Amino acid sequence: MAPNPGDAREIAWAAAMRAALTGDEAAYRRLLGEIGRAIRPAIRAAFARSRQGDADIEDVVQETLLAIHLKRQTWDATQKLTPWVHAIARHKAIDAMRRRGVRRAEPIEDFEAVLAAPETADPHGRSDIERLMQTLAPRARDIVRAISLEEQTITATAARLGMSEVAVRVALHRALKGLAAAWKAAQS
Amino acid sequence: MKTDDFILALSADAASRGPTLGRRVALALALGTCVSLALFMAALGPRPDVTAAAHTMRFDLKFLDTLALLAPAALICLRLSRPEASAGAVLAWLLAPVALLALAVGVELATVPAELWARRLVGANWWHCLTLIPLFAIPPLAALIAALREGAPRYPGLTGALAGMAAAGVSATIYATNCTDDSPLFVATWYPLATGIVALAGFFAGRRWLRW
Repeated sequence: MAPNPGDAREIAWAAAMRAALTGDEAAYRRLLGEIGRAIRPAIRAAFARSRQGDADIEDVVQETLLAIHLKRQTWDATQKLTPWVHAIARHKAIDAMRRRGVRRAEPIEDFEAVLAAPETADPHGRSDIERLMQTLAPRARDIVRAISLEEQTITATAARLGMSEVAVRVALHRALKGLAAAWKAAQS
Repeated sequence: MKTDDFILALSADAASRGPTLGRRVALALALGTCVSLALFMAALGPRPDVTAAAHTMRFDLKFLDTLALLAPAALICLRLSRPEASAGAVLAWLLAPVALLALAVGVELATVPAELWARRLVGANWWHCLTLIPLFAIPPLAALIAALREGAPRYPGLTGALAGMAAAGVSATIYATNCTDDSPLFVATWYPLATGIVALAGFFAGRRWLRW
């Protein structure tokens, strides 16, 4: 019997997450990219069924990935990873739809039901994250920007700012938590 | 910002990992219990005849009841802090303290003459029970809510209410060493009311602080 594609994905994702939890950044980056490609069409379909345009789907994808990152402690490694990812994506998608005034937010579909989709360019320019980054302290904003947009390593960023690597790591983690808090505050 | 760029920032933070949620909750319970116990010992302390009372079944039964609330409530609020958890079946474990109380009340009604029932139910300390259990529940509830903020509950209010019940379990266990009303009729009336107050506080705390 050929293995079910969903099972293959589950095995690959769970292995990547286990590696990520031991600090494997490369495995983690690939996993988050794959999760992004899997949740993007599911979120877009749910928005379409709720008659919402998809101009800011990428914001919801990013907010979901941030939640997956900050809440990865709540994944029980003895359980499947895919339902956990799905639950977080559903929660964030419903949240985003309610924020846009949708009364009956449609839940997102199983990832198996939709084809993985690469990132599409956002035609509207500034994303939520860039706006919310303005709420961070200048140093924290600088660190996030260096590591993401400028693709700098932690080591290079630490050297440039005259900080220890540990201090940069701590600041980065705080900045990400700060972004999540700012996102939540923007909702209410 | 492009998602692929944002992922670089997330993956660079892969090494940041605190203790697991279970460990945080256990620590919060331990810490909250210590603070409540210290406050209790400073303000009240156990009843003078506590050693003798410990040999009576009614006194001991109070602790069985409070612990039968504490254990499932703590485990369920931990479980509900996982995003994919559904409420349903796990909540059935909360029937354990209820069943235990019902059984004890049945035995009490069967063995104690009817004219004593009302006096035993009202007891001498109902006001203490209703105020002190919520009061001594504040430290464990605050600690639990703080710990559960790292969780991702699908039902923040319900999760908070369960944290409230666990905190009430801690507080009631401590308070029961002071209370001289040991009749199951008293325990089955006032302890659940006090627990309800704390659960309600936990519900609102959950809605306020456990959303993510």
